[in-house]
Amino acid sequence: MARKLPKKDVAIIGLGWTGSIVANELTDEGLDVVAIERGPWRDAPTDYPTTFDQDELRYRIRHELFLRPAQLTFTFRNKMSEQALPIRSWGAFMPMNGVGGGGVHWNAETFRFLPSDFVVKTHLTQKYGANFLPADMTIQDFGVTYDDLEPHYDQFEYLCGTSGAAGNLKGQILEGGNPFEGPRSRPYPNPPQAQPFSHTLFAKAARELGYKPFPQPSGNMSQAYVNPLGVRLGPCTYCGFCEWFGCGNYSKASPQTTILPVLVRKSNFSYRTECEVTRINVDGSGKRATGVTFVDTSGEEWEQPADLVILAAFTVFNVQLLLMSGIGKPYDPVANQGVIGRNFTHQTISDAIGFFDKEKFNFNPFIASGSIGMIIDEFNGDNFDHGPLGFVGGGYMGQVQTGGRPIQTTHVPPGTPRWGAKWKSAVRDNYLSTVTPGTGVHGSFYSYRDVYLDLDPLYRDRFGRPLMRMTIDFHDNELKQNAYLTDKFAEIIKAMGANQVVKQTRTGHYDVTDYQTTHLCGGAIMGTDPTTSALNRYLQMWDVPNLFVMGASAFPQNAGYNPTGTVGALAYWSAEAIRTQYLKNPGPLVHA
Amino acid sequence: MPKGFACRNTAVAVASLVVASSLIAAGRAQTNQYGTSLDPQNFTQIEQGRYLAVAGDCASCHTVPGSGQPFAGGRPIETPFGVVVGANITPDRETGIGAWSDELFLSALREGKGHGGLLLYPAMPYPYYTKVTERDALAIRAYLNTVTPVHNAVVSNKLPFPFDVREEMTVWNSLYFKSGEFEPDPKKSAEWNRGAYIVEGLGHCGACHTPKSTLGGDDNTHALQGYALQGWFAPNITNDSERGLGGWSIADIVSYLKTGHNPATASTGIMAEEITLSSSQMTDADLTAIATYLKSLPGQTGAAPAPASAPEAVAAGGAIYADECSACHGPDGKGVPYLFPSLAGSPNVRSADPASLVRVLLEGARSVATTGEPTGPGMPSFAWKLNDDQAAAVLTYIRNSWGSSAPAVDPHQVSQARASMARMGQ
Repeated sequence: MARKLPKKDVAIIGLGWTGSIVANELTDEGLDVVAIERGPWRDAPTDYPTTFDQDELRYRIRHELFLRPAQLTFTFRNKMSEQALPIRSWGAFMPMNGVGGGGVHWNAETFRFLPSDFVVKTHLTQKYGANFLPADMTIQDFGVTYDDLEPHYDQFEYLCGTSGAAGNLKGQILEGGNPFEGPRSRPYPNPPQAQPFSHTLFAKAARELGYKPFPQPSGNMSQAYVNPLGVRLGPCTYCGFCEWFGCGNYSKASPQTTILPVLVRKSNFSYRTECEVTRINVDGSGKRATGVTFVDTSGEEWEQPADLVILAAFTVFNVQLLLMSGIGKPYDPVANQGVIGRNFTHQTISDAIGFFDKEKFNFNPFIASGSIGMIIDEFNGDNFDHGPLGFVGGGYMGQVQTGGRPIQTTHVPPGTPRWGAKWKSAVRDNYLSTVTPGTGVHGSFYSYRDVYLDLDPLYRDRFGRPLMRMTIDFHDNELKQNAYLTDKFAEIIKAMGANQVVKQTRTGHYDVTDYQTTHLCGGAIMGTDPTTSALNRYLQMWDVPNLFVMGASAFPQNAGYNPTGTVGALAYWSAEAIRTQYLKNPGPLVHA
Repeated sequence: MPKGFACRNTAVAVASLVVASSLIAAGRAQTNQYGTSLDPQNFTQIEQGRYLAVAGDCASCHTVPGSGQPFAGGRPIETPFGVVVGANITPDRETGIGAWSDELFLSALREGKGHGGLLLYPAMPYPYYTKVTERDALAIRAYLNTVTPVHNAVVSNKLPFPFDVREEMTVWNSLYFKSGEFEPDPKKSAEWNRGAYIVEGLGHCGACHTPKSTLGGDDNTHALQGYALQGWFAPNITNDSERGLGGWSIADIVSYLKTGHNPATASTGIMAEEITLSSSQMTDADLTAIATYLKSLPGQTGAAPAPASAPEAVAAGGAIYADECSACHGPDGKGVPYLFPSLAGSPNVRSADPASLVRVLLEGARSVATTGEPTGPGMPSFAWKLNDDQAAAVLTYIRNSWGSSAPAVDPHQVSQARASMARMGQ
């Protein structure tokens, strides 16, 4: 029997980026807010200090910062006809755990989606006709537009101190930025980061091929910065240990380095760590959340009543909690009905590795940051004509190499033995003169009827709850897209002067052991129609108006960019709606 | 801080009732030597007293952090002679000071003489508080009358023999205590005089920053020129250009006291607590006055300290610095303003006693977070990573780079600091 705690105005599930943003906005509104976080408290000097944060074995290979599958995992299968099996070691993505969430270990690429990404169904249908889209593709418009979100993209970028070059300032196209981006109301808060040799060389080659390269917008600081909350970040040292790692230098935007110092000082904010929410409670009508139930490390069950519940966990956990709590109609792919679990997506990435003459090229690959890079956007979204190509979607591509870390930066030309003296010699010969962007091609992943999340009928967690089951595979559209983009990318790497370019085009089935970013999206999507979306345009549950669901689980499909910029903007957008509309008149903000 | 303010109001309301009823019980005998003569609804005086209690940092010794019982005493204060425990100064009549007359309060605060002529230990900084005017002292009393009375009997004297013999304080007082209110210097500005009044009086800055004799009395020939206590070195805060605040502007000092940070440094340790409880809540005018006064003090004279004659340690330290320190403090030692302290030109780095440097390197440090500077960045511990020789070498390098010169740090000092930290952790 759960013990009942005193009621709060707001209970937030998860204290990562979105939980921190919404907590800060709602405490500013005077509400009494508690955040409940499954993982531990984390901070730079104690958890990932400069004295040991550059430890590839500890953080990258052994997954120090991530959720331990022994605590909670998912089952996975490619096709509905298959038996799903539990994931016992993370591979394709890295579920975060602990205060700061993915904001601790991300690379800090801070993109905006294209204006057309938000209305992609309407846009593509108008331009190419409805029959151009695959029959089982289930993309839909977000229900919110770029113009709605622009002020909130701006808020998130200024919170983070994003380093970048504007390409479209209030409609004026600026040299050196992304000419395809939507109009921004003001420049990035910080200038772009300095670029190492190989990244600069990529930009030169791309420019000579007629593209317009620009620096990847980065949450790694190009210079010291103080954000609008008065929190300070230091300049990035280009240490090359960013993704998978926390930053000990206060130079990567994270909740710890941008919001939490202010939030934890507020008397109307409190948090509980190492407490796992197991259920969102609803009243008898099923239309009103009454709070949450969580379990602490002693196994004690507690009920935290609240007037407003904010679900701000990672994509898959958001969907899981909704399904466990009986909120919203579970998605049924056979009947094509229901909303919770539908339009689950990821990212379509690939790479092309360039081997250069070591006598002429020394790239010093260890000089890097998480979101350093020179990229082009000519093949993203609908920036290019898909008519003759027979697919939709796209992505950015570029030299975005995040470091030369010793264990994994051992690329050797094809034909080299896989071990022994010759392999060692080849590693030594190629380490300084190889370009290995990592996620060189970063493409969209559109949604399909048979890619979804539901509760596994067989496997259960330690509480006896069903595990989440992921059913996910690549479809022809994404594979075609990737083949086309990878070819284009390899041409640029070749033009940099590579002796040999090895394309790693995405082929075959989705592989859950092969890292493909942690950009899992969808499953509790936003939209304009309650029969095909879980949330309205303000991230409010259609069925339960005092429940708002943050994060990329709201994306109806994933665009060709990293999602965090849009996740942050949506959190600010939703928080503003709560502050200016919902609190005055608690109830549905959209009547469908 | 809306919540704290609300709590205080509640405490004021409750305590006022208690004080009012005790006055009624005493038949409104306003001059009774066992009752206060102070008006429980003199808002101006009470508010003034609250501010002065903050400026005097009374809570530091008289409130157990996190207890939720302001001024109820019980906090152990570490002195070179042993532990003294902060007294209960709430208006509880049995265990606090509720039954004290105003005269007794004044005598305790300013003369170090408590109930029945009991001699206080100078851990209670009456040698400084003696300079507080009667008006200000009574305002503090008026405020303390309004806080929630807490029944909490405190045994203050936990000193070992022979220091537990209070009568010895008669001798101590004759040596080190000079009674008397602050006397303004008419030749100086009102701002300077206000600064001097705070620094020498309520602020009791010298309690940490002035060197002490073996009996713990102030060595006033070197007032505010730095003193080692509780494993820290409280640096020179005169205008000394080499080891004091000579390189800081008045604005730098105000920013430091207000927010714990300025372009050159960040506060940690005992001073961080002082900033949290006291100076961050003081007015800019008072902080500017303090800075004006400190900048007027010439500090020590004499030649700059001899540089370390340890070229090997400096060379090794430079390599360690590049690997371990330069990412935050910079290859040029200048750090990042308001975030990572500058080691170049730092009086703490150059101080004769490297105690604070050794401690921060070994333990790491959390800088103070304030409303003005909420970031509160921290430095990790290097105790596990650098051995005594390496730690001493990197500190010697820092102390002799970027224009600084100071004696080498002996590896033995590092090993002693480790032992001392281990004792504190037990």
